[in-house]
Amino acid sequence: MSLGPEHLIIAPILIPFFAGALMLVYDERQRRAKLTISLVAVVASLLTAVELLIRSKGSELTGNNDIGFYLLGDWAAPYGIVLVVDRLSAMMLVLTGLLALPALLYAAAGWHRQGQHFHSLFQFLLMGVNGAFLTGDLFNLFVFFEVLLAASYGLLLHGGGQLRVRGGLHYIAINLTGSLLFLIGVSLVYGATGTLNMAQLSMIVPVLPEARLPMFHAGAAIMGLAFLIKAGIWPMSFWLPTAYMAGAAPVAAMFAIMTKVGVYVILRLSFLVFGAGAGASAGFGAEVLIAGGMATVAFGFLGVLASQGLGRMAAHLVLVSSGTVLAAGGFVLAGGGAQIFAAALFYLLSSTLAISALFLLIEPMSREDGGIAALLALTADAYGLDEREEDRQPEVGLAIPGTLTVLGLSFGACVIALAGLPPLSGFIGKIGILQGLLTEGAATPALSWAFVALLILSGFATLVGLVRVGIQTFWATEGEPPRVLALEIAPVVALIALLIVLTIKADVTLGYMRDTAEAVSQPSIYAEGVLGAPRAAEGEASE
Amino acid sequence: MEMVLSAAIGVLAASGIWLLLRPRTFQVIVGLCLLSYAVNLFIFAMGRITLGAPPIMPRGGFIDPTAYADPLPQALVLTAIVISFATTALFLVVMIASRGLTGTDHVDGQEREP
Repeated sequence: MSLGPEHLIIAPILIPFFAGALMLVYDERQRRAKLTISLVAVVASLLTAVELLIRSKGSELTGNNDIGFYLLGDWAAPYGIVLVVDRLSAMMLVLTGLLALPALLYAAAGWHRQGQHFHSLFQFLLMGVNGAFLTGDLFNLFVFFEVLLAASYGLLLHGGGQLRVRGGLHYIAINLTGSLLFLIGVSLVYGATGTLNMAQLSMIVPVLPEARLPMFHAGAAIMGLAFLIKAGIWPMSFWLPTAYMAGAAPVAAMFAIMTKVGVYVILRLSFLVFGAGAGASAGFGAEVLIAGGMATVAFGFLGVLASQGLGRMAAHLVLVSSGTVLAAGGFVLAGGGAQIFAAALFYLLSSTLAISALFLLIEPMSREDGGIAALLALTADAYGLDEREEDRQPEVGLAIPGTLTVLGLSFGACVIALAGLPPLSGFIGKIGILQGLLTEGAATPALSWAFVALLILSGFATLVGLVRVGIQTFWATEGEPPRVLALEIAPVVALIALLIVLTIKADVTLGYMRDTAEAVSQPSIYAEGVLGAPRAAEGEASE
Repeated sequence: MEMVLSAAIGVLAASGIWLLLRPRTFQVIVGLCLLSYAVNLFIFAMGRITLGAPPIMPRGGFIDPTAYADPLPQALVLTAIVISFATTALFLVVMIASRGLTGTDHVDGQEREP
């Protein structure tokens, strides 16, 4: 077996897996070694993801969408598990890497000392996320979901304390129930169609006998419910703010990708199985996505307005972001054009990066007394929550000068990106969605206009909520500014720099998204590619 | 046979959901266990119920697939059992930690005000 370039596809799963396992043999005191392994693994995964992204662009001949395959165990496609990388999954892999690196750097400033096995759990989380983006098999998807969830349970509890354990309890209970729903859905789909391979599923569904359709639809709906719980759609999102708020800063920053895993799977499966060519099943679930997504956006921005603490506010912004993408996906599924889809993907990229940066900013901003910390304490008092219990070890490292200025500028950039104001990338994503809705309006005009109104309102609410906190923190503080390490602010600045790059290179990115949207809307490319994937041992005589 | 199996799945699922909605952590975890039993049986049943048929086909030659049980759900159910067992054990640890930290076994970590 040669380690040729085709094996690169499985690298984003194997690299974190081996790194995580390797770090288990190191003693907890050897943090520097662990950190080095972690950083090397994350950088290697990121580079692999970028290479896969470049490769998936393909050429004019392949419709600008080169799909890579990896047949596990060299079993032919519908019988074995297949890993598939196309434009959409490659983009999500890169996004995961881009979030992981700053979160890890931030954790290196102190958080990884607060508990055991932080780096291993972090790598296993990355393995689960990458696997979920790559797999082309429904049951394998379930396995990777469990991997990422199991790691996330550990990470959420990282640092300990009553608040985390309480939030973690709800989070685990909800996700265990969600996993059981997922299993019921998968088995119903298998019972109705006889396959678990996503590509084969998309070929079978248009020709499914009418008698089996109800069972298949029921299975798909139950499975969708499991993904929507993970994406945090209203009314299944009440667990999310508490859990995200309870997590340590780097953990919460990484969790920003977890709702997007749910969103990704929904988009991937919907367009593959219920796309325009799916006959009687075409557009199945589009109404649910539109209505649920819009309700999520509404719930999210009301939550932002009602929140006292910045942590809770950021958690509600996660809801706004995933609700927007879900609703936009629903509009596209209902017959909207690729323009909405492309803009929604762009928005997903931009908002995930911005939310991650915001989660990393929360802790330095609320470090000392006064400002937001006092506000948090007040909230904690009102809700009967305990204050954070970590006794931080004395920090060694370079503190940055002009702390408040740097923090304030970073915070301002996050606000602008999240509220969708010019000049940062959030604006481009939002304006793209609005333009698509108004010109290629798929659903009824009333529905399109309602979504337009919600989008603008949610941006406004984000602005009001965050600016309120910003004024209290940066303008109304007295006394010494908090001491912030360079290692803590660098990841935030890096994420914001990424947002700026995204804005400047918006034409390139949007072009990529447009091709991605076109490719995802044509499931036949994916399906025929996967089923025709050549085996390595094709020429050998089989018994 | 079908009636017995579906009744068993139904009773397990109903009891599981009832217990899942109760306020004590112990009830929740027993509910999750019952629910996962129901789901495991359900996955198994999705391979169609066949009696006394082996899931492994002999090598070579033309064979009649109706004389064999579907092996895939059996493999799936094995994976599902292992995973739900492990995650339930993990949940149990968090539950015990919560009991130790809060001094109550209420799922919210505090008793409801009377």
